[in-house]
Amino acid sequence: MNNLQNFTKGLIKENPVLVLLLGLCPTLGVTTSAINGLGMGLATTFVLVMSNLVVSLIKNLIPDKVRIPSFIVIIASFVTIVELLMQAYLPALFEQLGLFIPLIVVNCIVLGRAEAFASKNNTLSSLLDGLGMGLGFAFALTLLGAVRELLGSGALFSIKLIPGDLMLVFVLAPGAFIALGYLIALSRKLNK
Amino acid sequence: MAKKLESTFPNMVITLLAVASVAALSLGAVYNITKAPIEAAQKKKQEEAIRQVLPAFDRLVTSKAISARGTDSLSMFYAYQGDQLVGVAVNTYTNKGFSGLVRLMVGLLPDGTINNTAVLEHKETPGLGDKMQQSKSPWSIQFNGKNPSTSNIHVKKDGGEVDAITAATISSRAFVDAVLHAHETYTKKQGGQE
Repeated sequence: MNNLQNFTKGLIKENPVLVLLLGLCPTLGVTTSAINGLGMGLATTFVLVMSNLVVSLIKNLIPDKVRIPSFIVIIASFVTIVELLMQAYLPALFEQLGLFIPLIVVNCIVLGRAEAFASKNNTLSSLLDGLGMGLGFAFALTLLGAVRELLGSGALFSIKLIPGDLMLVFVLAPGAFIALGYLIALSRKLNK
Repeated sequence: MAKKLESTFPNMVITLLAVASVAALSLGAVYNITKAPIEAAQKKKQEEAIRQVLPAFDRLVTSKAISARGTDSLSMFYAYQGDQLVGVAVNTYTNKGFSGLVRLMVGLLPDGTINNTAVLEHKETPGLGDKMQQSKSPWSIQFNGKNPSTSNIHVKKDGGEVDAITAATISSRAFVDAVLHAHETYTKKQGGQE
């Protein structure tokens, strides 16, 4: 597999949300608006890229039997770094996402890519894999957030397009499932 | 490609120790760098809320008061214009929200009249209960200019004079509860001083 494929597969073919269906907890939880989805997606991208990078660099120094705890410590450190940086420099976004940022640690995509890809491949491919997967995740979250925001509150990236409240259910949890279901169906149709 | 380290006991101990130490060191470093900006951001947010709920002031005195409802304390901010006390902002809360904690900044004039309110923190339903925020709906403006000692500040369903948010009576009750909490604590503190 060449490097370009390592990068692009995460975007569409193996999109973590729309195809692999990984990391659904933050996907459904935070995507009440497009900007929230984008923020969460980019935070996860950062963690994915950094943890893939570090794991692929030190993969030969870590004995097999303790690899999972080592990966988790590495991932948790990067998540905490993101959390602190966001709290310091983007307090408004942190307020919206606060609860879900620590949950990036248990997002199966991050550990999944570290274990399945970065611990077996070289640094460059791991970096590209992390970036592709992360951006694919961010893209799916932003799309879902945009759909829910548009249908639920008639706005896009907080810019009001349609006055008044629309179908409130799309801003609530059940709407997340409905919108995600249709998005997955659509992506299956398009991927065929 | 270099050979993988074998899973012997010393190897595992050393690896885990090294990974954990590096993680701890880098976290400590980031914490130190971000500590000041985080505090500044929180302070700025609080000050903005105080400015929103009180008349113009040029000096702020912070104090704590034991809550009228329990043993914990609420932060109070006495605002002065020159030597004249123009109002008191109370950082108040209630746990009776539809999804738990609701935290408000309530601005009281010295006689206990509500000047303005601001929502600091809440988890109410988007589109329904979150209308308590003035950025979403003008609902909470009806509290301004009322004094809980003379007006019956309760939602209409409970026999008061506050119009509840449509389809969010519980959130409205929680808002009322937090406002009353602030007022009770303020009057109790004033009573104690006189």
